[in-house]
Amino acid sequence: MANLRPPLPRALRPKPKGPSEDNGHAPTGAREAVAEKGISAVDWVDERTSLSGGARWLMFRKIPRGTNWFYTLGSATLFAFLAQAVTGVILAMYYDPSATRAYESVRYITNEVFLGEFVRGMHKWGSTVMVILVFLHMGRTFFYGAYKYPRELNWVIGVVLLLLTLFMSFTGYLLPFDQRSFWATTVGVAINGTGPLVGPYLNDFLRAGPEFGTTTLARFYALHMLVLPGAIAAMIGAHLYLVARLGTTAPPWIKTDIDPELRKEDA
Amino acid sequence: MNAREKEAYLREYSILKSQGKPFFPYSVAKDGLMAVVVMASIIGMSLLFGAELGPKADPTTTTYTPRPEWYFFFLFEVLRVIKPPSLTPLASIGVPTICMILLFLLPFYDRGPERRPERRPIAMAAGLFTIAAMAFLTYEGAIAGSPNQVDMEAPAAVAAAGGETLRQWESGKQVVAQSGCLACHKIGHNGGVLGPDLTEIGSAASRASLARVLVNPTQPMPEYSALSESKRDDLVEFLAQLKTGSH
Ligand code: HEC
Ligand code: HEM
Repeated sequence: MANLRPPLPRALRPKPKGPSEDNGHAPTGAREAVAEKGISAVDWVDERTSLSGGARWLMFRKIPRGTNWFYTLGSATLFAFLAQAVTGVILAMYYDPSATRAYESVRYITNEVFLGEFVRGMHKWGSTVMVILVFLHMGRTFFYGAYKYPRELNWVIGVVLLLLTLFMSFTGYLLPFDQRSFWATTVGVAINGTGPLVGPYLNDFLRAGPEFGTTTLARFYALHMLVLPGAIAAMIGAHLYLVARLGTTAPPWIKTDIDPELRKEDA
Repeated sequence: MNAREKEAYLREYSILKSQGKPFFPYSVAKDGLMAVVVMASIIGMSLLFGAELGPKADPTTTTYTPRPEWYFFFLFEVLRVIKPPSLTPLASIGVPTICMILLFLLPFYDRGPERRPERRPIAMAAGLFTIAAMAFLTYEGAIAGSPNQVDMEAPAAVAAAGGETLRQWESGKQVVAQSGCLACHKIGHNGGVLGPDLTEIGSAASRASLARVLVNPTQPMPEYSALSESKRDDLVEFLAQLKTGSH
């Protein structure tokens, strides 16, 4: 792999000393002084972490010829997830996950908090955007055959991410605790309960008891706030590591233009 | 893919890769532009559509009909089209589970070396069919109309009796529509399949047992003890008139 690594950008290469520069002399201008401080700070961190190698590997790896705009759908999904995280944290500052006060707190966010409805709207519509992007990204990898050797595992991780995303949306839908979310979720949970074998257990687990109420809300809140986002973040980490490790596919119709004579040889 | 095909792919890929451009700044710039588009869409939708908040959740008066987020419509629609209650578990969990397993295992049964869409007819057909099916089910789910609506004429006997009987029938129908029974029960052409079909419940159950179910139901059916006495009577009367062959 070493020969595939691109050379350091010019700015980072060690400068040969010019004939007029004295050894051991401090740089003169203010700009040089700042640049020098910056470099030494980076050096200081790098000396203790060796991060620069990894960062260079990640940022300067080559992307094959011919990639197009459809390749941005994955990072767009990632961005939508990050946006959900930010707006979600803001909502969590005001939200109260108890059956008696959840609705009031959401009403407070919507009507009283400065830009509250705007942030709620971003979180709500952001979930739609993220779901659409996940499906589009999955479609891209499907039609490009990107799930084939050696990227099978990345596809499997992707399906887990799809499920986690949908589950995120399912748990979030209950939280406003208005009629709509309450009844949609009651039925949704009951539908799970009709499933074979694990159905009833899943049902009990989601409801956190025989009745649908405070404990259910608390459980959905914990799943929606902690468990699922954590799992998604970890899975995205694995997903992206594999993307960087294996490289993105080239579009299937791009071929190398090797001399056909050479090609015959290894056939 | 056998070992030779794998080898050939990796070699071809490493050449294509070496002919490409570095991730930074070329891909990063494209991704960044796309992120701006995503952010703009989210902000635009939030400003345009806002975030409505319905009436507070109330487990007793279910005047609300369960509507999931639109991207779950296709799941609800699968439930609606598979009608016999004995098949409901198959529809709700079976079909999605099978689809999920097929999706998970895709790279393990589609192992051919070919990646060009035009040379993978089976995969393309299956993919396009799945997309079409999901689009169709989502559309059907979206236009399924207000699920709290009972399209049913009064049976001949009730219409003939007129007066108080007819009034109770109409009023009971109203209560059913408002109480969200159709989310789980089918009455005539309308309604879901989570609970038993009630189209002919009047022949199967007595008035007393119907009233008992409303106050003391089996999970997951919610209890309706908060309905007023008169409404409950109308409702029971309506259900009792749903007899075999009466419509
Ligand atoms: C959340 C879903 C749900 C809702 C809403 C619901 N039910 Fe039910 N209902 C069920 C289920 C599930 C059963 C079957 C329970 C069992 O296994 O015994 C049932 C059973 C019944 C039965 C007994 C049927 C029989 O064959 O014995 C009647 C009658 C009934 N429901 C009437 C109603 C009425 C009237 C309403 C509206 C006021 C209503 N239900 C609302 C889910 C629901
Ligand atoms: C939270 C959801 C997801 C995020 C944030 C995400 C992110 C990404 C990113 C940034 C890439 C690299 C750039 C690109 O090819 O677009 C990628 C590649 C990939 N993703 Fe995802 N993804 C997600 C879900 C999925 C799903 C649902 C699948 C499929 C089931 C999937 C399968 C793949 C595959 C196979 C690749 C490799 C593509 C290639 O090498 O050409 N991902 N993902």
